[in-house]
Amino acid sequence: MFDSEFWSINWALMQGFGSTLLLFSVTLVASLPLGLLVCFGSMSNFSPLRYATRVFIWVIRGTPLMLQVMIVFYLPGLAFGMPVENRMAAVLVAFIINYAAYFSEIYRGGIEAIPKGQYEAGQVLGLTDNQIFFRIVLIQVLKRILAPLSNEVITLVKDTSLARVIAVGELIRAAQDIVAQQALIWPLFYTGIFYLVFNGLLTLAFGALEKKLDYFKG
Amino acid sequence: MALLEVQALTKQYGKLEVLQGINFTLEKGQVLSIIGSSGSGKTTLLRCLNFLETPNSGKILLEGMPLFDGDSAAKTTAAEIRQKRLHFGLVFQSFHLFPQYTVLQNVTLAMDLQEKERAKQEKRKPNKQKFAQNLEKAKQLLKEVGLEQKVNSYPFQLSGGQQQRVAIARALALEPDILCFDEPTSALDPELTGEVLRVIRELRNTHTTMIVVTHEMDFAYHVSDKVIFMSGGKIEEEGTPQKVFDNPQSPITKAFVQKSKL
Ligand SMILES: Nc1ncnc2c1ncn2[C@@H]1O[C@H](COP(=O)(O)OP(=O)(O)OP(=O)(O)O)[C@@H](O)[C@H]1O
Ligand SMILES: [Mg+2]
Repeated sequence: MFDSEFWSINWALMQGFGSTLLLFSVTLVASLPLGLLVCFGSMSNFSPLRYATRVFIWVIRGTPLMLQVMIVFYLPGLAFGMPVENRMAAVLVAFIINYAAYFSEIYRGGIEAIPKGQYEAGQVLGLTDNQIFFRIVLIQVLKRILAPLSNEVITLVKDTSLARVIAVGELIRAAQDIVAQQALIWPLFYTGIFYLVFNGLLTLAFGALEKKLDYFKG
Repeated sequence: MALLEVQALTKQYGKLEVLQGINFTLEKGQVLSIIGSSGSGKTTLLRCLNFLETPNSGKILLEGMPLFDGDSAAKTTAAEIRQKRLHFGLVFQSFHLFPQYTVLQNVTLAMDLQEKERAKQEKRKPNKQKFAQNLEKAKQLLKEVGLEQKVNSYPFQLSGGQQQRVAIARALALEPDILCFDEPTSALDPELTGEVLRVIRELRNTHTTMIVVTHEMDFAYHVSDKVIFMSGGKIEEEGTPQKVFDNPQSPITKAFVQKSKL
């Protein structure tokens, strides 16, 4: 069974997985901090900014990611005569915006759950708003949001398969090509194992982080 | 001159007049107890002194200098408010320790962050020696509140009484001119109130100026230099503990004192 066919299929799937991994990691690294900015916007005391941000979040969360990917890819070409050359870049932009919106809501939930007394204790100790957020509140928020965050990250792994809608060759597309061309079914199951292993590792990582933050309560 | 002078201070939440013209003075080294029924505005008064709330009118003077002046139109910046706050410390009813820091770190944090902030303003590097001093100071304070054994514990590992003593050490670390307590023992089991009140008594002996909102009438009677009884957003009666508790003039005070029978 482990003939050259197996290895060439393996190689094709690996390449697909490479795109999946790239999409996953760049989206994560960019949307986690961007989500915090969006979150600040949605909690701003300046009401125009707050409303604008909340409408933005509503639109992004209320429409399918697949549609957003298509819009980012086709809009510049069809509306402004500047077709997008780099398909992966278009997918990344759509994913980063989409996930920033989702993460921002997770952050907001976490921040709003921190007791007011934590802020006030910081204030009466003469701390600046920045110090209160970064030195007191942030890690408590992180501890609270770890579970929803890990759900969202695992969803991201699976969402990467949407990139194929504009013909980016991620893992599922690679598998489907093989199935269609070579009439083999096992690569589909094999592909499933890629996702399972990857998500398994992520679950372990989140578990380790949770354990690390277990040293305090609250 | 009085250390603290509060003049005609008012505070409204919407239509509700929570403070209706509060006047009092406090001398350096004195202990002022504020008593009164629920909703009379005691917490609001402390929060105004600590700039957690902005009064609607009136004045707060510290050694004659206005910290708050309701008549002045000048805007105060966040940095100015931070400076003003440092004249006061506040110990909350429910402690509000920072859960992710050890007892020792809870006490050093604000001192260290202030050094960092000052360094940033003055465009210099934070002074390492200062951090070492802060650490020593924190250890000393924790020893004074009887917690030298607990410096490396986290707040969740402590009893309520211990947590409140950490909160007191944390407030003392910044050397406020006036230390305020908002019902420091109300969240504690009865058997734990003693250890916290003992610490406050000891502070009195070292001439720390304090304002204590309390329902512990016995404590107010024996520890205060001055007692204020608040009712409905006003000061109904004030004076020495003997005057307020043993010989109250106002019928409302009389009723309150009788109810809380010493
Ligand atoms: N943020 C707020 N918004 C609206 N009303 C408030 C607010 N804070 C306090 N109040 C009201 O102001 C009044 C005085 O409250 P305050 O907390 O100062 O009373 P207190 O004397 O400390 O009472 P207690 O003994 O129960 O602690 C109450 O009627 C309360 O409902
Ligand atoms: Mg109160």
